[in-house]
Amino acid sequence: MKSDSSTRVSRGKVVTAVFLKDIQIELRSRVVTNQVLPFAGLVMVMFAFALDNDDVLQRVAGGLVWLATLFSLFIIVQRSFAIDTADGALDSLRVAGIDLSAVFFGKAIALAIKLIALEIVLICGAVLLYRVDVSATGLVLLVTCVICATSGLAFVGTLYGGLTAGAKGRETLLPLLLLPVVAPVLIAATRATEAAFGSGGAQTSEGWAWIGLLAVFAAVFGVGGSLAFGSLIDE
Amino acid sequence: MVVSFSDVVVVYDNFPALAGATFEISRGEIVLLQGPNGAGKTTLLRACAGLLPIARGSATVLSCDLINDRYSVRNKVGLLGHANGLFHDLTVEENMSFWSRLIGASNQDVKTAMQIMGLSDRLSATRVANLSAGQKRRCALATLIVRRAQLWLLDEPHAGLDTQGRDELDKTLRAAREAGATVVFASHEIDRARNLATRSLTVAGGLVTES
Repeated sequence: MKSDSSTRVSRGKVVTAVFLKDIQIELRSRVVTNQVLPFAGLVMVMFAFALDNDDVLQRVAGGLVWLATLFSLFIIVQRSFAIDTADGALDSLRVAGIDLSAVFFGKAIALAIKLIALEIVLICGAVLLYRVDVSATGLVLLVTCVICATSGLAFVGTLYGGLTAGAKGRETLLPLLLLPVVAPVLIAATRATEAAFGSGGAQTSEGWAWIGLLAVFAAVFGVGGSLAFGSLIDE
Repeated sequence: MVVSFSDVVVVYDNFPALAGATFEISRGEIVLLQGPNGAGKTTLLRACAGLLPIARGSATVLSCDLINDRYSVRNKVGLLGHANGLFHDLTVEENMSFWSRLIGASNQDVKTAMQIMGLSDRLSATRVANLSAGQKRRCALATLIVRRAQLWLLDEPHAGLDTQGRDELDKTLRAAREAGATVVFASHEIDRARNLATRSLTVAGGLVTES
C-alpha cells in the first residue's frame, strides 16, 4: 500500500467525499423523496384547507412555502446526522484527523441540494394550489431567493445539527434551538418570495433588499459554521 | 515508546475514569487491557486516540503530546470502539471507498484490505445494514487496514465474531504487528486474548497495573 495514515488529503477532496456520501445515502434510502416531500406537501394542502380563501392564500403563499421548508428542514437535518451517529461514524471522522470544516461544507452542500429539490416542488405546489403567478423578473428574484435562503438554511442547519448530534432529546432540542435562529431567513425569504409572486400588489424590485439580508445571513453562518463545527463535534 | 502515560487523570461525566494511570507501551507490542466493566478501559483507549481531554499528568502517543495538542495524533491512530463507524445504507465497497477517499488511499489499498478481511466476494456489494454483526466488524477492521494506522486501539474487537472471524482477526492483528503497528485492545475473552497479546495490563478503579 502506498499511502500511510499520516497522508493528508486536500479539503476539497474531503468536501466531495462527504457530499457524495450523503447524496448516495439519500438516493439509496429515499427519505427526502418518500417521507419529507409528502410531509411538506401535506403541510401545504393543510394550509390551503385551513385558510380556504384564494385571496388570503395568494397573499401568504410565500410564507407558507418557507414555513413548510422550515418544518422539513428539521427532519432533513436530523436524518443527515442520524446516518453519521447511528454506528459511530462521526467518532470515526473525528479520529481520522481530517479537517472537520470540510465535513461541515460537504454536509451543508448535500443538505442544500436536498432543500432545493424540496423547494422546487413546494413552489410548484404553491403555483398550483394557491394560484400564484410569477413574472419573468419575478422568476429571477425567486431563483436568487431560493439559492441565498437555502444556503443560509443549509449552513445553520448543519451547524446546529452537529451541535445536537450527540445530545439527549435532540429531536426536540434541534427545533427549539434552530427556530429562533432561522427567523430572519423566514422573514426575508417570505418577503422576497411575496415580491416575486406579486402578492398583495408587491413590486418585484422590493424583494432585492431582502436578498441582501439572506446573502449576509448565509455568509455569516458559512464562515462561522466552518470555524465552529469542529469544536462542536469534538465536545 | 509508542504510548507513555504518567499519572494521567481523565474525567468523564464528572467522574475520574482514569485516576492517575501510569504505563508505557513499546512499538510492535500487542497489549491486552483487562478489567471489569466500568474500570476505564474504553476511556483509556479514547484518551490514547486524542478524543478525551487529559485533566492532569503527562501523556505522549506516537510522539504527540496529548496535553498540549490531542488532535495531531488522530491521523496516526485507528480506533474501533463498540460501534463500527459504518454507514448502513451503503455497501461494503462504498463504505471502504468513502474512507479511502478521506485519507487518500488508492483503490488497490481498498482491494487489499477487503481481501484480508474476506470481504471481496459477494459481500462487497452488500449493504452494511444486511450484514451480520461479525461481517460488520470485519468491514470496520478493513477500514483500519486501509488507514494503515500506526497504533490500533480496539475495544472488544472479538465481540460478535464467529470462531472463524475471531481467528481471522487474530491473524490480522499479528500481521499488523509484523508490519510495524502497535495494537492495544480491551477484551473480556481472556483466554483467546492472552494467546494473542504479548503483554497484559489490568485496568481497575481508574488505575493501570501490569498483569
